[in-house]
Amino acid sequence: MTERQGNGPVDRTNEYVRIEHVTKRFGDFVAVDNVTLSIFKGEIFCLLGGSGCGKTTLLRMLAGFEAPTSGRIFIDGQDMADTLPYERPVNMMFQSYALFPHMTVEGNVAFGLEQEKLPRKEIAQRVAEMLDTVKLGELARRKPHQLSGGQRQRVALARALVKKPKLLLLDEPLGALDKKLREATQFELINLQEKLGVTFVVVTHDQEEAMTLASRIGVMDRGEIVQVGTPTEIYEYPNSKFVADFIGSVNMFEGRMIEDEPNYVRIQTPDLPCTIYVDHGISAAPGATVWAAIRPEKIDIEREEPAGRDNRARGVVRDIAYMGDMSIYLVKIDGGKMVRVTLPNSVRQLSERISWDEPVWLTWDASSPVILTQ
Amino acid sequence: MKSQSWFRRLALFFGFAFLYVPILSMIVFSFNNSRLVTVWDADDSPTLKWYRQLLENEQILGAAWLSIKVAAVTATGAVILGTLAGLVLARFGPFRGRTLLSGMTTAPLVMPEVITGLSLLLLFVFLEQLIGWPQGRGFSTIVIAHVTFAMAYVTVVVQSRLATFDDSLEEAALDLGARPAKVFFRITLPLILPAILSGWLLAFTLSWDDLVISQFVAGPGSTTLPMVVFSKVRLGVSPDINALATIMVTIVGLGVLLSAIWMRRQERRLALEMQMAKADK
Amino acid sequence: MARSQVRQPQKPPIDAWGAGRLGLIFSLLFRYGPPRWSQYVRKHWAGKRLVIGVPFLWLLMFFAVPFVIVLKLSFSEVRLAMPPYAPLIERVSEMAYAVNVNLGNYAFLLSDPLYASSYIYSVKVAAIATFFCLLVGYPMAYAIARSAPTMRSVWLMLIILPFWTSFLLRVYAWVGLLKTDGLINQALGVLGLGPYTMMYTDFAVYIGIVYSYLPFMILPLYSNLEKHDLTLLEASADLGAGPIKSFLRITLPLSFPGIIAGSLLVFIPSVGEYVIPSLLGRSDQLMIGRVLSDEFFANRDWPVASAVSIAMLLLLVVPIVLFQRYQNRELAGARR
Repeated sequence: MTERQGNGPVDRTNEYVRIEHVTKRFGDFVAVDNVTLSIFKGEIFCLLGGSGCGKTTLLRMLAGFEAPTSGRIFIDGQDMADTLPYERPVNMMFQSYALFPHMTVEGNVAFGLEQEKLPRKEIAQRVAEMLDTVKLGELARRKPHQLSGGQRQRVALARALVKKPKLLLLDEPLGALDKKLREATQFELINLQEKLGVTFVVVTHDQEEAMTLASRIGVMDRGEIVQVGTPTEIYEYPNSKFVADFIGSVNMFEGRMIEDEPNYVRIQTPDLPCTIYVDHGISAAPGATVWAAIRPEKIDIEREEPAGRDNRARGVVRDIAYMGDMSIYLVKIDGGKMVRVTLPNSVRQLSERISWDEPVWLTWDASSPVILTQ
Repeated sequence: MKSQSWFRRLALFFGFAFLYVPILSMIVFSFNNSRLVTVWDADDSPTLKWYRQLLENEQILGAAWLSIKVAAVTATGAVILGTLAGLVLARFGPFRGRTLLSGMTTAPLVMPEVITGLSLLLLFVFLEQLIGWPQGRGFSTIVIAHVTFAMAYVTVVVQSRLATFDDSLEEAALDLGARPAKVFFRITLPLILPAILSGWLLAFTLSWDDLVISQFVAGPGSTTLPMVVFSKVRLGVSPDINALATIMVTIVGLGVLLSAIWMRRQERRLALEMQMAKADK
Repeated sequence: MARSQVRQPQKPPIDAWGAGRLGLIFSLLFRYGPPRWSQYVRKHWAGKRLVIGVPFLWLLMFFAVPFVIVLKLSFSEVRLAMPPYAPLIERVSEMAYAVNVNLGNYAFLLSDPLYASSYIYSVKVAAIATFFCLLVGYPMAYAIARSAPTMRSVWLMLIILPFWTSFLLRVYAWVGLLKTDGLINQALGVLGLGPYTMMYTDFAVYIGIVYSYLPFMILPLYSNLEKHDLTLLEASADLGAGPIKSFLRITLPLSFPGIIAGSLLVFIPSVGEYVIPSLLGRSDQLMIGRVLSDEFFANRDWPVASAVSIAMLLLLVVPIVLFQRYQNRELAGARR
């Protein structure tokens, strides 16, 4: 059974990597805290988090450069406990690319195959094929310092993939590239992965990168995995304030539940004169403090007062950031809170668009807010 | 700050004058006809007679040849041992005896040579009593002694080079399936080769130049060049020594100059290639 | 101790040349990294032991054991034999062994004023020479550190260049210069001064030490000064301090670690110097290096020579330990 959510097929019946209660300590510092995670064959799994959250340490444990203080790691059913990096069916693409400066591109890519003691003809053939795949065929004889950043990255990729590893680990693969190149490379990576069918584990702090590349994302904070899901799940159904805030932007309203029914909930918040009405039930203690998270694109701006008692606010447009395809509006609502709203610029006439200091009404659908209890 | 640059220039001028005037005076007076090294005999100078005398002096030539042999063997041995020690200290984790190894490799750097020389001679004597080797002192004892103190310097050079070495290169090699020994020989060693070479040259110079330790551990029939020079120079100045000094300074100076030029050229070529690479995408 | 997540960008091989070029003392001041390979080689313990073992055993055999022998010998009696000392444990008859432990050598050292005065003299000369070396070396190191970056490696190379020529010959050069009829006195004579007796004096030894050990003083100083943040001086000027005041209150204190490193590197070996006092120094007051050599070769009194060595080592233990500790602190503190 395969489902396609986000990017890449996710075969949930084929668990390829299992990380079981893995903890890593450096002295007193806990870098990875009791992480349990499954990664499926053929997917692109992204470990997403800020610096110091433990994602790189976890990646290095998969590669074999660090050993878990406790817990076990299984790759394709095998316990990797005593397996050293050069014995694992895992290859890594380093953040700095780590190309061998004294070898040519060909030499770099062939290195891994040479360790497998394959016949020279076969090595040459596979290297040539891989270089063609990453479109570096003409640069085979060059040395790393003679290549641009994007070219070096492709060499690093070719070098790791030519060994046909079961698992490819990528450490901040797009970090060193400029914006245009990054976008192009993102799609190239996805295509490459689909073509070769290798399971990818990507570590990144860039949420855009994660959203584009991943079939599933694991958000990490301070050594723990806080949420695992497809990009859609993470974005639309975050399980905590941290995740909601970390991915994209969000408007957070803190309040109390005043009505708690199986099919709807009403929340009162000091930030708004009205109540927030949500059209599904949630499990929380009555009277508990909750947060309503509403994404900027889910909010509508209107000049006319909307119908209904809830899910609306009046305010004044304080700031507009024009992005070309859309605009970000910062609206100060009655009560003082700044609400962020994004609207596509679907109308070309400037006169028709909302402008600074205009009094407006904000409104959103009852299904739009995500209610968070932590 | 104008006054700053004035001060800087004076400091450099006097400093380099202090460093180089003695050497230059030695060179100049090697061409002086008079035996009195400090009085310029204007009538018959400049002359090459001291050079001729030097090249006919069997004792000095023999000692020079011995010193070269000793230095070459020492440098090679010191480089092997020093690289191993440097590798161990820079890359291996804690092990029993690590502090001892670390101490033993840095102590020779500051230890007064008389102590090192004395202790080694005593060792050789003791060994000779115990197991019959070494039979008297000579080439091998000098080499052993020189290797022991020269390897300390090589260790420091190699250790510091490994510290600034990007170890993600080694990790990448491990990741691609190479065992640690393979990684060392195919990745680390080629890239630290310049440091190892400079370590070799350093060890060579230290051995070639050593007097005190050699005096202790040399035997009859194995006299190194510094020993010959020292016994001559104790008695006063001697112009053929000036000639020797000039020859040495010239060789060293040329060597340093050539290597500096060659390295500049390398750097420039490298920088150019990197610039060109940035231009493509 | 969270490790930085960002890998160092790959450095071009030029760096290796840089380290090789500027010599050993310069490289002493680089940062050292944490060891990583132990876990990788835990499986290949045989290979690891070999790699550690070879240099370890060599040094143990040819560096550590000799010291033990010196120590043992310092407790022996002198004998008219070859080798000229009594063994520690001697077989006297079938069942009897005699242990000859002689503390007399040390008693001798303490009683004869020659030794005490030599030690004190050596330390005094070494200390004064180190101070002069600092006075000469600091301005040069400062000048190089503040000069244009492109010229710096040239200056440093010129400083190191004499180091690659013979130490002995460079000291010899001063013989010609310092003699009563030498070049310096000749030059002074032109000005109507002198001639001054400079050979075989303390002054000559100072010059010899300063001259020979100057690179060892300059390089650590340079390494320290080069890292100074110049905006600190700009801030100081902005707050009203003149250049001299800024130097005294900011640059000088910040350069203390370099001063200490350079001074130790010059002082410790100078105490036991042999060549310089032999060629340039006094004959009525000997430095301890010469005393040791005389005891050993001239008097053939190996036990006393050993005792002199041990005493010298004890004297230098504090500076050597200071040096090691300073080095370790540099390494630990400098590591990111």
